[in-house]
Amino acid sequence: MSALLLEVRGLQTHYFTFGGSRIVKAVENVSFTLGEGETLGLVGESGCGKTTTCLSIVGLLPPAARVVGGEIRLNGTDLTKMSAREMGRVRGSAIGMILQDPMASLNPLFSIYTQVAEPAYYHLGMRRRSLRRRVEELLRAVRIPSPAMRMRGYPHQMSGGMRQRIVGAIALAGGPKLIIADEPTTNLDVTIQAQYLDLLMDIQLETGVALIFVTHNLGIVAKMCDRMAVMYAGRIVEMGAVRDLFNAPKHPYTKALLGSMAKLGSKEPLFAIPGQPPDLARPPPGCAFHPRCAEAMPRCATQDPEDVECGPNWTARCWLPQRAAEVVHDRADA
Amino acid sequence: MTAPMLELREVRKYFPVGTGSFLQRKTAWVKAVEGISFTIAAAETLGLIGESGCGKTTTSKLILLQERPTAGTIRFDGQDVAALKGPALMRYRRAVQVVFQDPFGSLSPRMRVGSIISEPLEIHTDLSGAAMRERVAEVLELVGLRPDVANLFPHEFSGGQRQRVAIARALATNTRLIVLDEPVSALDVSIRAQIITQLEHLQRTLGVSYLFIGHDLATVAHISHRIAVMYLGQIVETADSTELCTNPLHPYTQALLIAALPAHPDAKRERLALTGEIPSALAPPSGCRFHTRCPRAMPRCAEEVPVSRELAPGHAVACHLY
Repeated sequence: MSALLLEVRGLQTHYFTFGGSRIVKAVENVSFTLGEGETLGLVGESGCGKTTTCLSIVGLLPPAARVVGGEIRLNGTDLTKMSAREMGRVRGSAIGMILQDPMASLNPLFSIYTQVAEPAYYHLGMRRRSLRRRVEELLRAVRIPSPAMRMRGYPHQMSGGMRQRIVGAIALAGGPKLIIADEPTTNLDVTIQAQYLDLLMDIQLETGVALIFVTHNLGIVAKMCDRMAVMYAGRIVEMGAVRDLFNAPKHPYTKALLGSMAKLGSKEPLFAIPGQPPDLARPPPGCAFHPRCAEAMPRCATQDPEDVECGPNWTARCWLPQRAAEVVHDRADA
Repeated sequence: MTAPMLELREVRKYFPVGTGSFLQRKTAWVKAVEGISFTIAAAETLGLIGESGCGKTTTSKLILLQERPTAGTIRFDGQDVAALKGPALMRYRRAVQVVFQDPFGSLSPRMRVGSIISEPLEIHTDLSGAAMRERVAEVLELVGLRPDVANLFPHEFSGGQRQRVAIARALATNTRLIVLDEPVSALDVSIRAQIITQLEHLQRTLGVSYLFIGHDLATVAHISHRIAVMYLGQIVETADSTELCTNPLHPYTQALLIAALPAHPDAKRERLALTGEIPSALAPPSGCRFHTRCPRAMPRCAEEVPVSRELAPGHAVACHLY
């Protein structure tokens, strides 16, 4: 395995409503690791805490949210202990970010050059000619045609796919070790999406950057990621190699998500997960998924399960594999 | 095959746009829909797939009579809908309904769900108040909601439930064809499956037809019987949905299939040979409109417009390769 780059351990991020009357536990006890050059898919429905997890890592949480526990170690240094100023030096240099909406992440009043150059100017201390060369290089890396001309342009002159590639160039500009991509292709057309994902894979091969891919689209995970973490109601419910989880998902939620995915050319009925994700201000007792779970047991309604080892680097937070393990254990005893 | 319920023949829609300086005003035409033909039979789902700007939504507006075609005819039960007037026109509007992509924009926040669903009934029927409430309860149950939600406002629902309300409204008038304009694109994956399953169930029980517009091939292929692939205002390929997925002929359809995301990490991976982006409909390429991006383009493609030919029963393609 590659060297450890990022280690998130027991991360808790809560939102506090006005006056503190309600606490929304958006991220509860989330732990994962990421090796250099690895790609992790963070999967779940909207409101499951995947974006909050990422914003906690880069220190860009909205004012109402706070990291209340756990640590985030990047190359060994705990990011949660850093001051805002120190965090500013990490963001854009060690960690790059690609957000969902390219129009909102680009400033319409600055030229492409200014925006792509900024991280290299501040973090790498580049100026004038070397900076210009760097911007040109970056735009070429994200396959922008005639970069020397295009960098004088403004975001509104670009198509959606091109804008998203420019956001990619900005994320790369500081020479990051880790790029966090939060649903980068949801607003793109299918062929443009495929081009963009291929581009990200090429960039990863060339630069060896690690990627965290936040998405609700399991197809993207199947195409892009080495490992995946499935989130539900603020917790990681199953985590492991993408292939293992697709072949033999252990957690009923992972099974349900895979079953609800339309497969090309297959007319098999889709598996619809009944009900809605829970309100995180008032999560259900026991396992948060039990009201929607097809395999819920009485124990699920009262006791919250712990992570169970299902294989090498594979955990599921569910009573089912635990019970299976107990049965095997009892047999071995007998 | 039975006579088609809806038939579009050589339908065109051009929108005028002003170009040039304000002193030398010139009118250019955006050819949003350029000669498309297809049919939908009763209890059938036709999938219409293509990227943004290809004319899918304009096509749906033409069917809904929100726009008048520049040329060509749309027939419903054999009658030209452009000629419909008075009661016949109301009958058509009753039979053809629509569900939009964004359930947050398509339901009025100031109306209760009951009034939202009964509005088409007020316009199209002379049901009494009690009969109308009964019908509202009936369609709410059809889409899997409890009848007592009629008193709630849209903001009290989640996205998936709102889309159910929109479907209930579309069903209220004993509808025969529902135009579904990207009905699940704005929804979460698990909710998407709920809505698709519900729509399939409704078709089996009520025999309603769908025109399902989308850009995600896997979803469209799942719900549709037949699929028409659109590119820059033209239909490039029409086929049975399984046939289209297993034996795509047009290079654009092939590209869409390659661009579709894999269902499993071990699925065969091909790199998309397609480059560039969809050209502007204001100045579409000459000849075959796809030739500028086509990996298999020949000199002939830039000059001659390919004609759609039926290569196998029900499988038509407009491409010079065949």
